[in-house]
Amino acid sequence: MKKRILIPVLILLSFISLFVGVSSISPLDLLDFQSEETQIFLISRFPRLVAILLAGAGMSMAGLIMQQLSRNKFVSPTTAGTLDATRLGILVSMLLFANASMIEKMAVAFFFALAGTFLFMQILNRIKFKDAIFIPLIGLMFGNILSSITTFFAYRADVIQNMSAWLQGDFSMVMKGSYELLYISVPVFIIAYMYANRFTVAGMGEDFSKNLGLKYRSVVNIGLTLVALITATVVLTVGMIPFLGLIIPNIVSIFKGDHLQKTLPHTAMLGAIFLLICDILGRVLIYPYEITISLMVGVIGSFIFLIMLFRRKAYA
Amino acid sequence: MIQVRELTKLYGKKQVVENVSVDIRRGQITSFIGPNGAGKSTLLSMVSRLLDADTGEVLIDKTNTKKMKSNEFSKRVSILKQSNFMNVRLTIRELVSFGRFPYSKGRLNEEDEKMVDQAIEYMDLGDMQHSYLDELSGGQRQRAFIAMVIAQDTDYVLLDEPLNNLDMKHSVQIMKILRRLVDELGKTVVIVLHDINFASVYSDRIVALKNGRVVKDGPTEEIIQSAALKEIYDMDIPIQQMNNCRICVYFNS
Repeated sequence: MKKRILIPVLILLSFISLFVGVSSISPLDLLDFQSEETQIFLISRFPRLVAILLAGAGMSMAGLIMQQLSRNKFVSPTTAGTLDATRLGILVSMLLFANASMIEKMAVAFFFALAGTFLFMQILNRIKFKDAIFIPLIGLMFGNILSSITTFFAYRADVIQNMSAWLQGDFSMVMKGSYELLYISVPVFIIAYMYANRFTVAGMGEDFSKNLGLKYRSVVNIGLTLVALITATVVLTVGMIPFLGLIIPNIVSIFKGDHLQKTLPHTAMLGAIFLLICDILGRVLIYPYEITISLMVGVIGSFIFLIMLFRRKAYA
Repeated sequence: MIQVRELTKLYGKKQVVENVSVDIRRGQITSFIGPNGAGKSTLLSMVSRLLDADTGEVLIDKTNTKKMKSNEFSKRVSILKQSNFMNVRLTIRELVSFGRFPYSKGRLNEEDEKMVDQAIEYMDLGDMQHSYLDELSGGQRQRAFIAMVIAQDTDYVLLDEPLNNLDMKHSVQIMKILRRLVDELGKTVVIVLHDINFASVYSDRIVALKNGRVVKDGPTEEIIQSAALKEIYDMDIPIQQMNNCRICVYFNS
């Protein structure tokens, strides 16, 4: 798990991703700016790659920050209701503003993601019985309650079909003009990295943080805000990607520990690599059709998650 | 000097700490002892600003702690709580480096690195400084935390039951280290202890609490007396003098 391995792998996979697809494009075609191949490349392939990289890095980092702040290895946007709260937010924005612009949807989704995550953290604070498995179970229950509220109102308003587009992550719809919102996550990454040390300290608890003069509450709030921002942009542009925020940080933690300043870049890169692999496999396996990314990540991710659970004794 | 002035803490309507005033002198080990629920840990938490007092104030070298910025405070007073349950995978060196957080916010300069090296050296953790905390024994982990506090370089070091879950050998080791911190580095150590014999052998002064109040406060020789202990613990405890140590034989009283 060294940077000098991760970076070449990431570049290689990015290159493969750019040139795998229904219409075959070779690097040489790109020399002609007017060709159809170049157009496909610019409108579809390149945006898709960027979306995968940003979403993969973003969801993994969001998971890492959540795990650190909640001090629980099994908490992630999937298992803490953040994704479900975001979907509820998207529904609300669709009901409130008939033709909501991307920015309006973003704002409402972000607000809901933030509120949902804070609510979960509040529930965490009130629980006396802090078992490692018990907490994500509560998060999943909390997420399901939010999800059923969403389904209920979506059903009443007859937008179930529309909503399900955000249920399943899908990169095949990513095109120029529909993914740019994801660039919001770039400054978020930078801020997250600047706060890495503070997140690490906060992850050791409130008393520990106060001893070192850290303003615990505000660091937690900033962390959760970053998580909500990343989640909202990813769900809005590509849809829900389960498990990513859960497995990637855990794998990195096993090899590199929990010092965020050291592990954040690795987590981001491994998340992007993992999502790239899932996406390329999804595109190749039933060529010329595609398996959606959430299905691919779900299958591979839950398999790795199971292995992690069985090996937990060895590491946790 | 830490001056505690009329501190009171309420949990609901129950007064856990009631009107407590205590002076903690520099360059000494002061132990807080007393039965369960006496308010020892609560008092220590208020002194270290982990808990807000309902009334009263704490002065550190004549400055009211409420008026100190949290960063300034963390350069003068450090606290280790008993609940250092660690599921964070950090190496000893990474943990000790966080002791420099109040100074460097995580970007360690040369002087910080030197302090970290010295702290690790002082606690004799050099060989295992790159081991993860979750791979260590209880005693080694406790030493790692104390090394962090040494790196934090505060005049006052507060510890809440640091001997919890440690066996005899490691308990003695930790107490000897605390004694060295006072004698060699000139630190002031305040410690909550359950075992009165550790308090008797290693501390300069003892503050005894009971039901949220201070019942005894004085030099160790004055507190480790059968009459005083009767008042604190409601037990008849004979005292035996052995090799200059006053040992309380409470096991069958």
